[in-house]
Parts: sequence; structure tokens; C-alpha cells
Amino acid sequence: MTELVVGTKKGLFLLEGTPASGFEVKTRAFAGEPVDFATRDPRSGRAFATVTSPFYGPKIFYTDDPGGAGEWLQADGVTLPEGGDQALERIWVIASGEADGTLYAGGDPGVLFESHDGGASWELNAALWEEPSRPQWQPGGGGLCLHSISTWPGDPDRLAIAVSAAGMWLTEDGGRSWRRGNDGLVPGNLPEDASEEALNARCVHHVERAPRQPERLFMQFHGGVFRSDDAGTSWTAIGDGLPSDFGFPLAVDPADPDSAYVIPLVADMDRVMPDARVRVYETRDGGSSWSPRGDGLPAENAYLTVLRQAFNRKGEGDELELYFGATSGEVFGSGDAGATWSTVASRLPPVYSVVAVG
Amino acid sequence: MTVVCVHGPLRKPLGDRAEHELTGDTVVELLKRLEREHPEISGWILDERGLIRRHINVFVNGERGAEGTAVQSGDRVEVLPAITGG
Repeated sequence: MTELVVGTKKGLFLLEGTPASGFEVKTRAFAGEPVDFATRDPRSGRAFATVTSPFYGPKIFYTDDPGGAGEWLQADGVTLPEGGDQALERIWVIASGEADGTLYAGGDPGVLFESHDGGASWELNAALWEEPSRPQWQPGGGGLCLHSISTWPGDPDRLAIAVSAAGMWLTEDGGRSWRRGNDGLVPGNLPEDASEEALNARCVHHVERAPRQPERLFMQFHGGVFRSDDAGTSWTAIGDGLPSDFGFPLAVDPADPDSAYVIPLVADMDRVMPDARVRVYETRDGGSSWSPRGDGLPAENAYLTVLRQAFNRKGEGDELELYFGATSGEVFGSGDAGATWSTVASRLPPVYSVVAVG
Repeated sequence: MTVVCVHGPLRKPLGDRAEHELTGDTVVELLKRLEREHPEISGWILDERGLIRRHINVFVNGERGAEGTAVQSGDRVEVLPAITGG
């Protein structure tokens, strides 16, 4: 049985089922509220929802019993320093850390929070907040969002994070210091003689690490798909063979360091599926070639958009399950690593995030 | 004392109590005091900059107020979620 934790424009949905038997909505929470991201910590089972109330601002809530009568509690410390000139706009992602009880949360304006008590309380990562180049950071279309947090299996000191549009940031000392990891990423829409400062405006859309070969990462960039084989320091374009260089989400098969899945959109000015067909593209050779995977997905008149947190997987290898949700309110799933697909939910509110657990 | 009357979902974390008597010379002083006395709503009305959140409306004796609006004893301050949409 798989549980899908789905964040939507109008609440959190828990779906249960299998790709073969179908899924049912088991629970809805935060009715009417935008749930930007929702997940479960696989270690504790604790569920998290990041909710940006248009009235009361962004919060993280958690519960140990999301499917039952458990109360959602507000986490402490999810705030910027008081009296400054910036306010927290949104929490984009929560990721489990390598150390016991550690979690990370990324948000707008380009901030990283850490929790060391299982997510009940959080503190701002000071080194990133005080990064000297921060005044020059430019937001992407979705804000100055820290949306990707890639831990290093077995080493809690090493993290790779991505901020749109402030690029990749790497730490090897548990977040006490950060360095850029943008070599090889070419920002579009900038003049040839752009300054180094301007060139630092790398609009990264999503990053995932290959856990069995952790120095390898895959990136969906604003213009292209890239791979790094040196832990995020430098990047090589691998998008040849894809129908476009634009898209948001990306997933990997943990069993295969050469694997990645992307969901291309036409372009930044036309964020729908190419040819009005829903297709996931898979590589099994590190990006040398890509194959469309669309068996069972809408094949015509499908002008869907999939957001950066709305693609996730469960399992690996032959057991790999893939799930993604669209802003049209549909969720699609595959129980055979993308070979065949089915619609596992429809007529949900616009889907912001999908996480598969169980 | 100034009466701060809270409307909407904020009442629940305040023990379902609408009216709160507080002291302060400006709207923002009252709201900071309210959030300090009730940490469960810290950050819900004011953001980190000390600004009233964009979709929260504050009225002082029936007139639209802002952070720096002066208040005095006997005034009534209403805190409402804005009607959005259209």
C-alpha cells in the first residue's frame, strides 16, 4: 500500500492505494488553505504541512496522526529575525536530514531552517542568512525560493541546496559555511557582457541526488537539464533529446545512478506539455539519451502543468513507483518505473506537491 | 485600556475570546502586546518587520487604521481578515 501526501491550493489530501488497484482519498486537512508542500518523515512517520495562509502568513504544521483525529500543531521558530526589512513569504520544501531528528526546510526569501527535534521547533541557518552576496540575490518567477535540499547519505555535514534564482549552494560543514556550485550553468536572458554578479543569477528549478553515487546530482534548470559528477561544483548539459529545455520537477531511481526522470514543458512563456501530450522522459545512461514514457497518460488535448514539488517516487529498481500531480487537479502514477501509467486521482484542487510514502 | 476585538479564525487560538483589553499608544504596540501575551498567534497578525499582514484589516473606532495609528484608553480596535476575491 502506498500513501500519497498531496499538497494543493485548497488543502492537504492523503490518498491510499496501489497503482494496480487505484487510490482513494482518505483524509483532507487544512480545508480551503493553500498547502504548498506536505510530506512525512519516513523515520518517525510524522507528517508535515507548509501552509501559507493569505491572511496569517506562512507556517509549518505537524502531526503524528494525519489520517486520524490527531491535531496539527504549529511548529516553533519558523520566522525571520524580528525588526529586519524582510518577512518570510513561504516554505517550499521539507527534507529529512541524515542525523537523528534533523530536518531541513527551505523557503522564500532564500532561507534554510533546521530542526533537531523531529520538526517541532526550527531555527534559521545563520550562515546562509548572512551570506555576503545575499543583497544581490534575485527572485525567480515564484519568488526567492529555496526549493531543493539534497542530503548526502551517511554524512550529515554535506548538503546541496538550490535557490531560484540564486543558484546552487554547497556545504561540507553542516551549514556553517556555504559556497556556490554553478560552474557550467549558463543563465539565459542575460547580455554577453553581463557582470559576474549578474551571472550568478542561476534559475535552478529542481535538484535531486543519486543516493548510491552521491557525488552525482541531476538538475532541471530554467534552460536545460544538467548533471554534476563532482557533488554539485560543476555541471554538464544533458538535455539533448528532450522536447524542450524547460520544466520544473525531476526524480531519480535510487537504485540506478544513471537514471533521471523529467517532465518537460514547452517553454517559460508557455508552461504546458509539448504537443498537448502528457509524457515523462526517462534516462538510464546519465542523460546521454532520453525516452518518452506516456503509456496510459493523456495523449491529446492535454495542456497540463506540473510544478516543481509535484513529482515523487517510492521504492527503487523493479519496485520503483512514480507519481506526479498537475495544476489541473489530476494525479498520475506508475508502478513499473514509468513503463505504464494510470490516473490515480482527478478533480483535486491544483496540485502543488506530491510525496509518496509507505 | 483599549479594547482589541479579534474576528475570524484568530479567535480560536485565543480561547474563543473576542475582546482583549490592552495598553499601548499605537496600533502596532497593541498588536505586539497581544501577540506577546498569546504566543500561539505570534506572527499571525504582524510579520517579522512589524507590519500588519497584507490581508488583515485594522479599524480604530470604525476608521481604517495602520501600524502607527494613535490609540488611547477607551478606543476600540477591530482586527479582521480582509474579504478577498472579486
